[in-house]
Amino acid sequence: MDLHTVTSVVTPRHRDDLAGWQPGDAYLAGGSWLFSEPQHDTRRLVDLTMMGWPALEITPEGLLIGATCTLAALMAAELPAHWAGAVLIRQCGEALLGSFKVANVATVGGNVCLALPAGPMTSLTAALDGVCTLWSADGSQRVLAVVDLVTAPGRTALRPGELLRSVQLPLAALTDRTAFRRHSLSTMGRSGVVVIGRAGAAGAVFTVTASTPRPVQLRFPDLPSTTDLLAALDASGVTWFDDVHGLPLWRRDLTRAALADVRNELAAP
Amino acid sequence: MIINGRAVSAEPLPGQCLRTFVREQGCTGVKKGCDTGDCGACTVHVDGVAVHSCIYPAVRAADAEVVTIEGLAAPGQLHPVQANFVAAQGFQCGFCTAGMIMTVAALDDAQRADLPRAMKGNLCRCTGYRAVLDAVAGVRTVEEADAGDAVGRSLAAPTGPDVVTGRAAFTFDLPLDDPMSAPPGPVLHLVAVRSPHPSAFIRSIDATSALAMPGVRAVLTYADSPDHLYSTARHERPDDDPGDTRLLDRVVRHAGQRVAAVVADSVLEADLACAAVVVDYELRDAVFDPRAAMRPGAPLLHPEKTSARIADPQRNIAAQVHSHLGDVDTALAAAAHVHRGRYDSHRVQHVHLETHGSLAWVGDDGRLVVRTSSQTPFLTRDALSRLFDLPRGEIRVLVARVGGGFGGKQEMITEDLAALAALKTGRPVQWELTREEQFTATTTRHPMQVDVALGADAQGQLTGISVQVVADTGAYGNHSGGVLFHSVGESLAVYRCPNKKVEGYSVYTNTVAAGAFRGYGLSQLVFAVDSAMDELARQIGLDPVGFRRANLVREGERVTSITHAPDDVAAPGPGLSACVDAVESALAGAAEIGPPEPHWLVGSGIGVAMLDTTPPGGHVANATVAQSPVGGYDVTVGTAEFGNGTSTVHAQLAATALATTVDQITLVQSDTDDLEHDTGAYGSTGTMIAGAATLQAATTLRRMVDRAAPGGPLLRAHGRHSGTPRSVGFTVQGFRVAVDPTTGEVRVLYSVQAVDAGTVINPMQCRGQVEGGVAQALGAALFEHVDIVEGVVTTRSLRSYRVPAMADVPRTDVIFVDSHEPLGPMGAKPMSEGPFNPVAPALANAVRDATGVRFSALPLTRDRVYLGLQQARAARGENV
Repeated sequence: MDLHTVTSVVTPRHRDDLAGWQPGDAYLAGGSWLFSEPQHDTRRLVDLTMMGWPALEITPEGLLIGATCTLAALMAAELPAHWAGAVLIRQCGEALLGSFKVANVATVGGNVCLALPAGPMTSLTAALDGVCTLWSADGSQRVLAVVDLVTAPGRTALRPGELLRSVQLPLAALTDRTAFRRHSLSTMGRSGVVVIGRAGAAGAVFTVTASTPRPVQLRFPDLPSTTDLLAALDASGVTWFDDVHGLPLWRRDLTRAALADVRNELAAP
Repeated sequence: MIINGRAVSAEPLPGQCLRTFVREQGCTGVKKGCDTGDCGACTVHVDGVAVHSCIYPAVRAADAEVVTIEGLAAPGQLHPVQANFVAAQGFQCGFCTAGMIMTVAALDDAQRADLPRAMKGNLCRCTGYRAVLDAVAGVRTVEEADAGDAVGRSLAAPTGPDVVTGRAAFTFDLPLDDPMSAPPGPVLHLVAVRSPHPSAFIRSIDATSALAMPGVRAVLTYADSPDHLYSTARHERPDDDPGDTRLLDRVVRHAGQRVAAVVADSVLEADLACAAVVVDYELRDAVFDPRAAMRPGAPLLHPEKTSARIADPQRNIAAQVHSHLGDVDTALAAAAHVHRGRYDSHRVQHVHLETHGSLAWVGDDGRLVVRTSSQTPFLTRDALSRLFDLPRGEIRVLVARVGGGFGGKQEMITEDLAALAALKTGRPVQWELTREEQFTATTTRHPMQVDVALGADAQGQLTGISVQVVADTGAYGNHSGGVLFHSVGESLAVYRCPNKKVEGYSVYTNTVAAGAFRGYGLSQLVFAVDSAMDELARQIGLDPVGFRRANLVREGERVTSITHAPDDVAAPGPGLSACVDAVESALAGAAEIGPPEPHWLVGSGIGVAMLDTTPPGGHVANATVAQSPVGGYDVTVGTAEFGNGTSTVHAQLAATALATTVDQITLVQSDTDDLEHDTGAYGSTGTMIAGAATLQAATTLRRMVDRAAPGGPLLRAHGRHSGTPRSVGFTVQGFRVAVDPTTGEVRVLYSVQAVDAGTVINPMQCRGQVEGGVAQALGAALFEHVDIVEGVVTTRSLRSYRVPAMADVPRTDVIFVDSHEPLGPMGAKPMSEGPFNPVAPALANAVRDATGVRFSALPLTRDRVYLGLQQARAARGENV
């Protein structure tokens, strides 16, 4: 939709150009969310897509995803065959409510920064222990895990003017075996429950998104029993998200069942 | 930017989306549907990549090559996908079609192999997607016909080539070649200031700051409003509805009510100035629940309107019905079997992809012209005439192609304010509602709570039917009476029973108004009554279908109306029993379809609906058929085309009567300057009434031509239909479903609807009407709900309102049973609303059959079904 309050667009090409962030600014990546809701407080768009950030870099440490990498580019990436966890890219990419035409423009960084409980890139990068590099307005930078970046529905740990530059997916996570379960109120609707499990040399990690206000991660040195897994969930202080995409009790029960399913799939030889 | 190979010099605005920009450049085939990237009607290609142009920053395409529907193929040619959409008629209203085609044209083989996924961002509200799937697959469904042989053939809609190329003009696609249908000079834009409060009195409005802002031409408030009370509802008889509405009112009765209007040079300037209009509200008590609203001491919405045709303004009752046949209480007391239940139908929205909107101007001759998206151009003209104290002849209302209606456009939602703005400013004024306003400030289906009591004797014959209805009409009573009376009409009349009783209230609350919606009250009551019938059959131990058959009205038997409507309804023909038999047989054939996985539960159910062929109280259509100076015939009708396919039907009826081919027929429609009167396209009358008028005119002209000497003047004939007497038609839905108790998913394994359509004038189109009705009803039954919290609509976009996408709609077998309607044109009956009504009870009955649990409140969303099954297990003492 037209953003009537926006009076200018700036297109920085270097980090120095990013100085001068002011209230009323909004970072623009794909635009697929920014242009989908009224933005009454936005006066200026700071278009990040000309910064020239590489979309994807395969490094010895894993996969470095530029924040402006589109979902389509990520899903089309050819990745090393032994990255078992890469299957999650397709599973999470297809969980996007929007069509492939949205995926053509929507970015990984934008999706994470929206902090929607059902954000599929939050599910993906949280489950794979993604680490964010954040650029602050004063020129400094810091790193923060995705699970710590997304703090509540629509809220992140980003400070005013700070932006997400990239997400690093570590090799150890990418080479783990994974299992994925998803539920929504309609077959291709917005996710109401997403449970992702990983198992490998470093143990087992279970990540719950969509059904909870923020990602919930449960880590174990070895694959836990279902009883222990659900006990850990209960002990985590988890709460259940409530919006039109699923009643909290439904999310709770289906999350628990999905955790058990995922655990059993990972336990299978 | 290069658009369709042509460099454009204009520069996009900083916050502009690409859709708005390309439309400004004349590419009006690119549609604004949802404005949030969910419906796909705006799909274009940017440097070869398909995108939703409504969420694409226009400035980003400044150096790109953009291809829109207008540029998909070389001029005068069709792209193969366009040709396929014509051959399969993969559209009804056509508003989504350009976006569908642009999307399909961009698919690779892998995407084509998984169409439900590839097309999840393209919504069609009309077709139910079968025709779209056929188009993608290259199936040809359109036929051709010899002279005089058009009726009964699946002829193509005459506007097909225009629809698939984006040339078909909707309300805001101004024709460049027809200055009479477009405003003179630059257009101003209107944006409404809306109340955030559900109940308030406006002490004052200060527009000083707004008026000082750039581009602002006027701010209209209650001070500018004519002192007339009226209803937004449009009916042949304007007094059918309470006169409870003012153009701009000082009293706010629901959050979202318009309280002022800013008129400016652009939408942007008007929108910005809205924030500067200062409204001083005195907040008042509000009531949101219809039962609470009827209690003594409740805040009253219209207490002072004692002569406004409101049933009981001191109890917030807009309309009520009390009626009975025989003695229900005694019958129920004596019945061998009694079922009592409360059945809830919720608030849903039409979601026609083209939002409400109109464009008003004062013509060179001083007449008021309103170009609008309406199902009732003539009734809207009459309403504007009363509202502005202008003679009818001083007003012209014209309707271009309408992007879906479903009853929502049997209202005057935008024409009044756009006209006021044009009259005040002397300039053309355009007002196009946003999708958010569609949800927060237009109309919905009436939510209804229905208490049903059914009694039967030991043999399974109904002895008593009692219903008590509480409908929520919201802040205004548009269609409150009509919907309430209709709801308890055919829903009860379809069952033979000596004792019937009805008590119904349509109640004001401080919520967005309900209004006309496909089915007009019947979908809610059919859900209640047919769920109750199913439940009673199970209680007695009878087969639910056999129980229905034993109690349904019989062929030739006079239908008894409990609401004492004018008794002009003919006895039913053989269609009902044929429909029930056909569905029963089809479901038996589907009985071997097993569960997707062993733990799923499977079951079957049916729903039965009757519909009078025409609304009561008269429904007028006029038509002229004239020899054209350029050869062929001009057919002029009053009704608009909004996807119902009546344009094709008019051509087929006229061509058949004139023993010619449809390419000799040119249809002119929906312009109040062309004919004296036309009630409009509502109440499923497009074929039955308007078609009959056309057939009459064409038949008369044929006789005149046969008698005329060669070389004489061009001949012209007139036809008219008044909408009485009436008949009845039937629709019976059957589902076989599987229910996953671990997730609550209800999956349709098989769907069939048998319809009593009389002579089917155009089988392809009629099938499409049925499929579309089933799809829309499944959306209402499974997914859709408009939510209101403390009077404020929280459903504000299609992202939070799940309209069925391709993946959500099963294929439906459509069975046309043998029937012939003596009162219809060439034996035809209506088939617009009927297919919607039996779907929800059929689904709930199938779920009941599968799970043993009765779901008596809609919708059957997965979370509610899951929790309902859990509760039932807990109630049975099982470990959950």
